[in-house]
Amino acid sequence: MNAPGAPMLAAKDFKSDTKPVWCPGCGDFSVLSAITKALAALGLKPENVAVVSGIGCSSRIPAYTSCYGFHGVHGRALPVATGLKAARPDLTVLVASGDGDGYSIGGNHFLHACRRNVDLTYIVMDNHVYGMTKGQPSPTTEPDWSSKLAPGGTGLKEFHPLVIALASGANFIARAYSGDPNGCAALIEQAVRHPGFSFIEVLSPCVTFRPEQREWKNMAHPAPVAPTDDPGRAARRLMTDDGFNIGVLYQGHRAPYRLGNVASQTVEALECQFRL
Amino acid sequence: MARAYSMELEAHERYAQFAEQLDTHNNREVAELFRKLSHIESLHAKRILEEMRWPSLPALPPAYAWDTAEGPETALPDAVHYLMQPWHALEMALRCELQAQQYFEGIAAGKAPPGVRKAALEMADEEREHVRLIRDWMRRVPQPEAGWDEDPDPPRTTE
Repeated sequence: MNAPGAPMLAAKDFKSDTKPVWCPGCGDFSVLSAITKALAALGLKPENVAVVSGIGCSSRIPAYTSCYGFHGVHGRALPVATGLKAARPDLTVLVASGDGDGYSIGGNHFLHACRRNVDLTYIVMDNHVYGMTKGQPSPTTEPDWSSKLAPGGTGLKEFHPLVIALASGANFIARAYSGDPNGCAALIEQAVRHPGFSFIEVLSPCVTFRPEQREWKNMAHPAPVAPTDDPGRAARRLMTDDGFNIGVLYQGHRAPYRLGNVASQTVEALECQFRL
Repeated sequence: MARAYSMELEAHERYAQFAEQLDTHNNREVAELFRKLSHIESLHAKRILEEMRWPSLPALPPAYAWDTAEGPETALPDAVHYLMQPWHALEMALRCELQAQQYFEGIAAGKAPPGVRKAALEMADEEREHVRLIRDWMRRVPQPEAGWDEDPDPPRTTE
């Protein structure tokens, strides 16, 4: 919590001096900008926020913020963030990931993070490709996307993360587009405010390996319907949407997980239990 | 005028972001040009503040309340290329200034109160002047040759 009367910070106060090394034009620049804008709008301070990530282009984000950060192991951002939030429920914890890190290597953690409903905001920058490792197909890559590394395409049906998040129990599900950083900031702000596990999939083009994704600017559009709190209705919408509906798509009322007994013992008392 | 201020500020931030991106990729000439453009936009924002003599910053319109995703003077986030040349950066700036001019002309020709339309007309004149200045600047910069984006040794290749 910030001290009462403390001055509001600006987005730039949440940026570190480390300059991003993403490719020029990468969507992740806008997501970084959206995160910092949202944190400023929430009236938070960097020392009250932690950004946890795994591995990949998008997972570089913690270093580019002035918040606490943890650039962790591939696919393991969510377990680290869950542990952090359980130990320090006072912190606002954001988790950054990509479609490879979050849905493939970290796929199982994704399911159980949704199920546990710990108060986290999970931001997945989805570009349908493993960019950092030179363009392999990811779980969200279209089956017919042909490249030098997957001639003719994988032929595999793509993963549908929003549907899976809903089925697994996520309490807030939204889709954003990095080409609209202000809209993306507004969605991140809502996600942080919403109690429980909030999941935002950000369509964030990879201009290097998927230059055709520049066209997403002509495809992304506001979701034509208001958010619903009915999981059945949300499921139907998510199953039939075109992948470019932008906005909050589901907002549930499930109470977030809270650890009942936090640090009730001293370190000395705990050590006694393990003494041989 | 709060909207005009917000627009200049957003353009200033985007050009600064582009300058950083091209610095990282060692395109120093264009990075420097973006830094200049960013500085120019910050001067425009500062002048609005001085002219308005606001005792403190007014409540800015919600940034996402534009008709488009961002303000009319803000370049698209994916509009840069690591091999781009000064001419490309100026072409981008020209497009942004033209959009800003059209935006204010639209308000001036609309049904807003007379005071707002007068201010919009002044802002449109100002943007028109910026368009002229950038066109002059472009005449002093060589136009890129075909194949400017071909890199015989690309930094990221699957070969």
